Amino acid sequence: MTLINEFRDKDLILALSELIKRESVKPLNIMEICGGHTHSIMKFGLTGLVGEKINFVHGPGCPVCIMPKSRIDEAVKIASRDDVILCTLADMLKVPGSITSLQKLRADGADIRALYSPLDCIKIAQENLSKNIIFFAIGFETTTPMTASLMQKTVELGIKNLFFHINHVTVPAPVRAIMDDESVKIDAFLGPSHVSVITGYEIYEDIAKDYKRPIAVSGFEPLDIMDSVLNLVRQQNAGTYNVYNEYARVVSRSGNLKAKELINRYFEPCDFNWRGLGVIKDSGMKIRQEFSYLDARMKFDCEVNSKAESKACICGEILRGRAKPYDCKIFAKACTPKNPIGSCMVSSEGACAAYFKYAKEAI
Amino acid sequence: MLSHGGGGEEMNSLINDLIFKIFDNEILSQSNDSALLNLSGKLAFSTDSFVVTPIFFNGGNIGKIAACGTINDLAMVGARAKYLSCALIIEEGFEIDKLERVLTSLADICKSCGVKVVCGDTKVVPKGKCDGIFINTSGIGELIDGPVGLNGLKQGAKILLSGDIGRHGAVVLANREELSLGGNLKSDCKSLKEIVEELFNAGIKPLSMRDATRGGLSAVLNEWAKFSKFDILIKDEFIKVSDEVAGVCELFGFEPYELANEGTFVLAVDAKDEEKALKVLRKFDANANSVGEILKDQHSRVILQNIYGSKRLLEAPKGELLPRIC
Repeated sequence: MTLINEFRDKDLILALSELIKRESVKPLNIMEICGGHTHSIMKFGLTGLVGEKINFVHGPGCPVCIMPKSRIDEAVKIASRDDVILCTLADMLKVPGSITSLQKLRADGADIRALYSPLDCIKIAQENLSKNIIFFAIGFETTTPMTASLMQKTVELGIKNLFFHINHVTVPAPVRAIMDDESVKIDAFLGPSHVSVITGYEIYEDIAKDYKRPIAVSGFEPLDIMDSVLNLVRQQNAGTYNVYNEYARVVSRSGNLKAKELINRYFEPCDFNWRGLGVIKDSGMKIRQEFSYLDARMKFDCEVNSKAESKACICGEILRGRAKPYDCKIFAKACTPKNPIGSCMVSSEGACAAYFKYAKEAI
Repeated sequence: MLSHGGGGEEMNSLINDLIFKIFDNEILSQSNDSALLNLSGKLAFSTDSFVVTPIFFNGGNIGKIAACGTINDLAMVGARAKYLSCALIIEEGFEIDKLERVLTSLADICKSCGVKVVCGDTKVVPKGKCDGIFINTSGIGELIDGPVGLNGLKQGAKILLSGDIGRHGAVVLANREELSLGGNLKSDCKSLKEIVEELFNAGIKPLSMRDATRGGLSAVLNEWAKFSKFDILIKDEFIKVSDEVAGVCELFGFEPYELANEGTFVLAVDAKDEEKALKVLRKFDANANSVGEILKDQHSRVILQNIYGSKRLLEAPKGELLPRIC
């Protein structure tokens, strides 16, 4: 674990903590776009190390938190069929739809499987020829290449019983949507790390310029985040708004060209209805016409009447950075990881779940 | 075959030629409907069912766990296990040589601990009705020196860990996902009977003990905090985690505090007994350490302090352990 331990070095972290506290002269609201950063900040107690001027604000970058009820309802409708095995990734099982979650549906007997790798779908499809295998694909630019790769293998191997329910979304569109809202007060961004490995940091350059906000593409380790925060503090003091690539050990300016090419071959942009944020133009991905025979939404009846979100839940406000989990009246009361009402309480990357897990109340 | 559980000749041959031979002792061989036992004083009685997948893993198998699990449950209340029952639910088609390996492991642990398997049961169920083999063991033990329970927890008590954490959970996870980890990762599955007896022999009366099985260290400490109402503070720099376990956690987004252990326990002792208890624990495992203490505040919280001095809550694990997406 030496590779990891070096990024958790006590002396370096405490030295950065001192520098951040010393150099922070005015309040700085930093939105961590990615849920993984929220998780790390809470897990390593970094809020206690950056001083009172720094305010971390959770952003829209958790693939589970932003999934609208209607998409879950569609998955539930398909998975309820006897001739279907529905496969998805981990936490998505727990997200509440209008009536039930995939996890509860599984307990009622539906064949729903949580995968570690999308490529496991191939084996499941080959071993269950009488069933339709549906891959309920989720995630940002990080996981989209894996889905594209699975589609490529499906085509190459001539697999006829594997279909795709695509729920992939992209980072820049919601960031712009949030910044276009004048009531949002964000001074700087922690850019996602895994997403940036694929996209490259060039996708943030226009955002930084257009909104005059510094952005630091940061790794998930404590040292990564502390170094990024110091950079943002320094940019604030200098009045600059550049994209700082703290995660240079794996992120380049143009990203993973092969992965981007694979995404473009199978997908094209589409509008997506974000839970809590509403419909954002060109913020999602859909299967290109050429491969539409793989699209589960075309093959199966997906018409659903979804219920509106709970009025008490303020996930939308939290995703915009206008509220903290503590501000929600049902946080840690009616809404808990065991019985999530809002999607931010579902995934360990969600703001509410991270706050609940690590800091339900101030220690 | 199903007939091995049908009550006829095949079942008798399975029991007499395999099971009785492996568990051989004078009480079992009497073949009575109930075992006739010789016990005295205060007794402890415990039962547990074991359904682990995979059945064989690095460091043990379901038979070893079935013996250690119940022997350890008895040890955790301060009881010396004496007798065990063993009930088997076997899926049709489960190979006899695998059954023999499982039962031999179970018997070996019992022999090394001076415990006898004195009664049992065998059922064979159709293919697909169980996952290879399920085992239930119940055990009876004599209390060494009064019971050890949750009500011994008190302010100022020191929290000790008998070894590094998370190895069993990580092994099972790595096996299920066919992760190659160089074979260095081994379950901690072992009997705690001897360690506990040594603690008592050293004159230590534990305030509380609990083996950190499912739910791991987090589950034990949260249960203690909830029962006693005291806050518990632990410091992560003192909690030993092997590189392999830390690696599995990083891959899947888990925390070692939530992973299962099968031979590591948490011990609360009076502050004056801390060093003495640690000395005993370290005779068995160099990774044993004092990791925290029970505070005076009564909010039932478990607080984890990291090496940077920051504090956060250590919540009890909830639901299934599912890997992080991002």
